[in-house]
Amino acid sequence: MAVSPNPVVNLQDHALDNLRYIRETMERSGQFTAVPGWGGVAMGVTAVAASYLAAIQQTPRLWLDVWFVEVLVAALVGLVAVWQKSKSLSERHLAPFRKFLLSFAPALVAGAVLTLVLYRAADYALLPGMWLLMYGAAVVSGGTFSVRVVPAMGVCFIVLGTVALFAPAGWSNALLGAGFGGLHIVFGFWIARKFGG
Amino acid sequence: MPRTSSSAAAMALDGSSAQSKKLSVAPAAKESAAALDRVIHERIRLGIVSALAANEHVTFNDLKKLLNTTDGNLSVHARKLEEAGYVQCNKSFEGRMPKTEYRLTEDGRKALTRYLDHMEALIQAARGGSL
Repeated sequence: MAVSPNPVVNLQDHALDNLRYIRETMERSGQFTAVPGWGGVAMGVTAVAASYLAAIQQTPRLWLDVWFVEVLVAALVGLVAVWQKSKSLSERHLAPFRKFLLSFAPALVAGAVLTLVLYRAADYALLPGMWLLMYGAAVVSGGTFSVRVVPAMGVCFIVLGTVALFAPAGWSNALLGAGFGGLHIVFGFWIARKFGG
Repeated sequence: MPRTSSSAAAMALDGSSAQSKKLSVAPAAKESAAALDRVIHERIRLGIVSALAANEHVTFNDLKKLLNTTDGNLSVHARKLEEAGYVQCNKSFEGRMPKTEYRLTEDGRKALTRYLDHMEALIQAARGGSL
């Protein structure tokens, strides 16, 4: 195309190239911000409340119910936050959000299936570690396209999950609170301050 | 976007139709080119404005990494954009480290929109000729 002798067509190629450059620059720069920081803080706060409520429940079934409600609440908060953040940016700029959600989802689906299996086996003790581990895997893969702080948060979740799987069962609520509460709040603040929201 | 580039490629390959198009396309293309905003047409400056259009603010260091350029080059181009009133520069300290942050002004956003319209007009003009 570059060898075309026609200057008009060259001008057009040039225009196309410029548009492509603008879009790519927007997308690459925007990857910095696809993960909502304040949304993470809000999710963390709900998780701290949930870990407190879960700890005072009398039966494993009620304990599980608390965390089940927390998953729904946190998912809602997270989706609203991602949506809000994508809305605040230009419309030409949605690719990073799609990438994030698509690479985030598989490990979560795997975690949901394992939860069902362990629930049917009445093996509740393995749930907290498995949740932290699978969520960490989701964040690491979702964060592949993002700034380094995002996969770093995922690695922290994986570490906590591993600890939870080997630690005494009594630690589980505290570890869940530290992971879904503490890590979300700390990294959420960090992302919000450094990467705009 | 892919459709646009494939039709552009098809046109460029089809030499005869490109020749016949030349007359009808040239005036529109020339008009757009004449009104082209030179301030943001330059690559680095276009990159700065694009990155700022997608983010509320971007630091000097992030821009440098993103556009793969040097301190000197980036600051010269950022200064040009500042002089044109397209970007706003904010210097502060984070701890002891100086931090320079840029954001797009309303004029800058309008300039980018105009530029995008120009580019689209150029493509439309050439494509219109092929029908």
